[in-house]
Amino acid sequence: MRDAFASEMTALAAQRGDVTLLSGDIGNRMFDRFKEAAPERFLNCGIAEANMMSLAAGMALSGLRPVVYTITPFTTTRCLEQIRVGVAYHQAPVVIVGTGSGLSYAELGPTHHSLEDLAILRTLPGLNVLAPADSAELVAQLREALNAPRPTYMRIGKKGEPQLHGHDARLGIGKANLLRDGTDLLLVGVGPILSEALKAAEILTPSGISIAVASLGGVKPLDGAFLAAMAERFPRWLSLEEHGITGGLGSALLEWLADRDGPPNRLRRLGVPDQFLHELGNQAYTRGQLGLDAAGIEKSIRNAIKEQRK
Amino acid sequence: MISAAPGQPNPVELSATALILRQRLVSTSAAAKIPHLGSCLSCVELLVALYWQELHVDPANPEDPDRDRFLLSKGHGAPILFQVLAERGFFPLERLDDFGKAGSVFHEHPPKPGYIPGIEAATGSLGHGLPMALGMALAARIQQRPSRCYALLSDGECNEGSIWEAALLAASQKVHTLTAIIDFNKWQATGRSQEVMALDPLAAKWEAFGWHAQEIDGHDLAAIAQALAAARAERERPSVIVAHTVKGKGVSFMEDNNNWHYRTPNPEELAAALAELEAA
Ligand SMILES: Cc1ncc(C[n+]2csc(CCOP(=O)(O)OP(=O)(O)O)c2C)c(N)n1
Repeated sequence: MRDAFASEMTALAAQRGDVTLLSGDIGNRMFDRFKEAAPERFLNCGIAEANMMSLAAGMALSGLRPVVYTITPFTTTRCLEQIRVGVAYHQAPVVIVGTGSGLSYAELGPTHHSLEDLAILRTLPGLNVLAPADSAELVAQLREALNAPRPTYMRIGKKGEPQLHGHDARLGIGKANLLRDGTDLLLVGVGPILSEALKAAEILTPSGISIAVASLGGVKPLDGAFLAAMAERFPRWLSLEEHGITGGLGSALLEWLADRDGPPNRLRRLGVPDQFLHELGNQAYTRGQLGLDAAGIEKSIRNAIKEQRK
Repeated sequence: MISAAPGQPNPVELSATALILRQRLVSTSAAAKIPHLGSCLSCVELLVALYWQELHVDPANPEDPDRDRFLLSKGHGAPILFQVLAERGFFPLERLDDFGKAGSVFHEHPPKPGYIPGIEAATGSLGHGLPMALGMALAARIQQRPSRCYALLSDGECNEGSIWEAALLAASQKVHTLTAIIDFNKWQATGRSQEVMALDPLAAKWEAFGWHAQEIDGHDLAAIAQALAAARAERERPSVIVAHTVKGKGVSFMEDNNNWHYRTPNPEELAAALAELEAA
């Protein structure tokens, strides 16, 4: 996803004169082509994320379209006040990109995990909060964000995430897609971890359990029309996010359902439990430990179906 | 009673320790494929001087409330700190067999206290260690404890506003028990530190912020010892030691080559590095 981001930024820099890339001393060599295409519109802001965010707001208020890029915790929680006041309150159309989101950098420890960003940022009025599942979705959202009159936050993965959306997907901001149809339960998720959900759905097929998998693309705005259609079809939902269980996608869906129908019973939530992680391993290991790999998701689906049959 | 470092070893013994630490570091980082070798190699002498000469810490009683505190503010240097703590006796060296392994607490950054003896704070997000050390120094003053507090910073870390906020407060509060040491290896992640942010003249900046500032060769053990002694003697201002270092120090093909911020050695490179370190 990082490489797709870098090459799309290079293409955009060549097409338009207002796109400006700010990096917090990361992405060595990754932006070499951007720097060739638009040297005056690349700025290494150093390891000073709060300053970087406020100056991005200033640039946006002066008519540029800055894209701020660094490791997720440092472009979100490290400079939350700068995002809240400079970016969100001013509706300064900054695009904030967090790389290595969720557990992508699991082995680097809690300082580099981002399991709160969706929850925290979705409380800020006027900020899109996106979590593309693959490079195609990332590119579509980035293009749209750079034309939107409002700021956007986008959390992306690292390298080598599989392509999950088909060619006919309607990709963009607030646009949900079914990655796979089914009848017994709707698994609704965001981000590259949806590849594990698709694997879990495959594992369940021989048992006669049919799972639909939806990719929401983000937690704000939600695709209300899509969710309403899904609510008609599926009495059982399971949400999935590589994010803490508090306040993220699952919570956003509970709120959406409750606002529409009163207290919801259809949704069970899957995410990282409310804890910091100390015994570390890589992303695959950590997902496995937390029941967020295909096998763990399969188990949760079976439980959700059993429980909701009662 | 906290013992000082074992028997004030002489510079020859300390250089031998530094060499062993470098050998172990390069081997374990290659095996675990954990990066930041250059970052670790630049601060070996600084850590050796701190842990074998300066810090009042007791590996047998690592939580003594009167101990000195050391915070690796540049948390990505954890691989060398782990080696130092093991060699200094905070835990058996064999525990580092787990370095980088799934389920281990020994990875790229120090975890919060309670998981590895001798670790005082979780760092890895740059810009936290110095202000936390300042808090510990202020706590010691309020609690009337003898503890001195030390933070090892990277030059890139001096980009962070939080470092300079701590610098201002430490000076106004006259926290002379606080010593910052800057591993000034002239590189940060994506460029020369002087080109990314105008750090120079770095020592003069700290001085202007009200600190007792010294500039030394950060690989010269005698100079480090002298600077730490001078910092200890200062009774008014917090102290900073701007230590000029070479990123990747000790392995010729890693020296001042920032690729070794990211890379880990392949088997041939590991053999070449170890050959150099054994010949040294
Ligand atoms: C707040 C924060 N921003 C970004 C990073 C990512 N990062 C890790 S090391 C590093 C820079 C390394 O250079 P320097 O700080 O000078 O240390 P050196 O490795 O040269 O000793 C960066 C940007 C981080 N760890 N923390």
